[in-house]
Amino acid sequence: MMSNKTVYSYTGIFETPNQIVEAAERAVKEGFTKYDVNTPYPLHGMDRAMKLPPSKLGYVALIFGLSAALATALVLGWMSAIDYPLVVGGKPLFSFPAYVPVMFEVTVLTASIATVVAMLFFFFKLPNIGHPLHGTEYMKKVSSDKYGISIKVNDPILILPNNLFDESKVVKFLESVGAKDITPVYWDEEEINYQNKILDPKFMAFLVAVAIITCAVTYFSLNVLMNITPFNWMVEQQKLSAQQNSNVFKNNSGMLAPIPGTVDRNSMPYQYTGQPDSAGKILINPIPVSSESLRKGQIKFDIYCSPCHGFYGNGSSRLNGQFPNPPTLHSDKIRNWTDARIFAVITDGQNVMPSYSSQLTVDERWTVINYLRSLQRAFNAKESDVQ
Amino acid sequence: MDSVDYTVEIPVIEGKTTLGEFDELISRPTITNPDRKYYIALSISLSMLGLGVIGLTLTFYYGIGMWGNNIPVAWAFDITNFVFWVGIGHAGTLISAILFLLRQKWRTGISRFAEGMTIFAVMTAGIFPIIHLGRPWLAGYLFPYPNQHALWVNFTSPLVWDVFAVSTYFTVSLIFWYVGLIPDLAVLRERTVNKIKKIIYSIFSLGWRFSNRHWQHYDMVYLILAGFATPLVLSVHTIVSFDFAVSILPGWHSTIFPPYFVAGAVFSGFAIVQNVLILVRKIFNYEHIITLNTLERMNKVILLTGSMVAYSYLMEMFIAWYSGIQPERFVFINRALGPYAIEFWIMVSCNVLFPQLFWFKKIRRSIKMMFAIGIFVNVGMWMERFVIIVTSLSRDFLPSSWHHFTPTWVDFSILIGSFGFFFTWLLLFTKALPVVSIAEVKAVVKGSQPTHGIHS
Repeated sequence: MMSNKTVYSYTGIFETPNQIVEAAERAVKEGFTKYDVNTPYPLHGMDRAMKLPPSKLGYVALIFGLSAALATALVLGWMSAIDYPLVVGGKPLFSFPAYVPVMFEVTVLTASIATVVAMLFFFFKLPNIGHPLHGTEYMKKVSSDKYGISIKVNDPILILPNNLFDESKVVKFLESVGAKDITPVYWDEEEINYQNKILDPKFMAFLVAVAIITCAVTYFSLNVLMNITPFNWMVEQQKLSAQQNSNVFKNNSGMLAPIPGTVDRNSMPYQYTGQPDSAGKILINPIPVSSESLRKGQIKFDIYCSPCHGFYGNGSSRLNGQFPNPPTLHSDKIRNWTDARIFAVITDGQNVMPSYSSQLTVDERWTVINYLRSLQRAFNAKESDVQ
Repeated sequence: MDSVDYTVEIPVIEGKTTLGEFDELISRPTITNPDRKYYIALSISLSMLGLGVIGLTLTFYYGIGMWGNNIPVAWAFDITNFVFWVGIGHAGTLISAILFLLRQKWRTGISRFAEGMTIFAVMTAGIFPIIHLGRPWLAGYLFPYPNQHALWVNFTSPLVWDVFAVSTYFTVSLIFWYVGLIPDLAVLRERTVNKIKKIIYSIFSLGWRFSNRHWQHYDMVYLILAGFATPLVLSVHTIVSFDFAVSILPGWHSTIFPPYFVAGAVFSGFAIVQNVLILVRKIFNYEHIITLNTLERMNKVILLTGSMVAYSYLMEMFIAWYSGIQPERFVFINRALGPYAIEFWIMVSCNVLFPQLFWFKKIRRSIKMMFAIGIFVNVGMWMERFVIIVTSLSRDFLPSSWHHFTPTWVDFSILIGSFGFFFTWLLLFTKALPVVSIAEVKAVVKGSQPTHGIHS
């Protein structure tokens, strides 16, 4: 050896694809294992010549693809059926066919990224810019129009008993297969002896710069960028909103109280507030019982009454046990009340029940009462009702 | 020329070029300084881009009212442009993935360029759904992320599928493109004498060593990616067509939409790739790499997909009549004879009539004719999307809510700007990266592969 540099491999160059395939076959026959063939493009039949086992990257794609498909189905199901149930077009919450497009896209994305990452960073151990073959004449030739073979000197069949390698053997082999430009490739001394120093000033400066930039960008994004609204014509309109000041009116208020004595359209004064019993004696239900009025009454009953009294008026609702229990409407007391007495309760409220006069019009209250009567009759049916 | 011997495969690369000459030829544009023609082209495309920027600035400042869109025509130029540009991208993936799986060697000369066009086209397309939101800074709401509102996006909506499809398509195309670029970047790394360029190429080629132990896995990954990209490209325009087909609007609510849209996408994509390649082979002297035979084959694909599109038009009309649904029949009569009749007949003549000229071999092999037909096809395909979107929206079920859409100059400036955006990227690409895959071209040159039978 002419210098104290460490040899990495011996390289040889070939002119034609046939020669390099033959050289690779010979290398296998001779028992070389730590050799490599470098060609500017993939050569047909080279894998067979080198006796390489089939690539296992297909399994990476398979495993990641299947996992992604399954995980997406589960995540989508959880999101749209459990965590935030969303009914669309009356379809089931877990509507698998609608998940297929997203599942497919996520599967392709995951499997593609995983396969490429696995190949570049785990199979090839790239990036590796410091490899001994880089920066050599050999690399220049095999990247362009020549075909090369590179035999590492730590190949087991080259190792001599004294732990050195058999230089003549590798050179003789390369000559015998017709290689030209047989040259040794050395390890880069700097590369071998290089040691990472955490406290290197340049590295520390880099870290500080990264920290400052990260802080500045985060501050800017959160405190400045997020508060910029490019335009808000839709929010700022020339009109008065409730509770806003206004100079137009004398009291500087945008909201005006109705003029004293104003009466809403369609509203009738109710003079029995606080006197439910007298209301029950005097008022008469003006709405006749018909299937139409019962249906209307049912809708209103289900909306306003059922949350506490239950859909059947028997007091069994989701409020049970969380609130003073709402009473059943099938008690003798209520069944014996007149329609007007119930009307008074709906209008004024009673105990913890508030007034429903703002939610239900006068007519609606009477239809609700009609419907309640039908419920009471259904739950306390007599023999004669059945016939 | 008269009698063709079909038993002999037409060579992909014409003439005798040595492997080293390919390096020289393909890397030359990345080394030499741009000439006057390049600067003129760049200034034109940058001016177009500038016009688009003005249109977008006005849109962001004053709001979406700068466009001609109004209810019921809420989708007009914005979505037309989106569908058009996504469609353009499909040709690249078809060339790089589907033709790869079909072992079509002629794709090698054009695949890199077509893939680049895919990426730029999808980038251009991606602008439109975002600006059409009206408040584009809220685009992040489209993605499902854990948020304070404790709600998730509606995964049964085609608009959400679209977000996943287009973003996946862009990412996978970019990965595919980059994987193909690694060996070529390594070639440039070995050739360059510029120190800064050497560092950049070294970083992006990741220290590729042309090792056969790597080529083996590399080929496998290329095959896997092609296998994924093939259904992916079909899924993307299918999902784009779902944006229309899943709605109940007459003229949109149709099961023919997915295959019809995919065929149309490949049709317009091939036309624009063919147009741009004619210019590229002329400017960079790649006539023997991107050969006339390759262009002729592309014209055959245009003819095939154009006929599929024509069939879809006919079938759409037939089903409208055959279904017996009044609004459906009305839409198609309205398309042909209504206020947008001019656009409709431009679409029919450009998409149905002109591509049929490719039945003649003379026209298939005439550069001038194919260039003109390519432009017609793209005009026609843009019109197709416009006709589908605007005619259906402007006259739906209720005549009292009909509305005629008239584009404003801002609409046009954004359309021109999208072409500027696309061609600016494309021009920068031709100067920055090898526009033809060096490794792939070398592998298909005559005599570059070992003669089989001797060793095995």
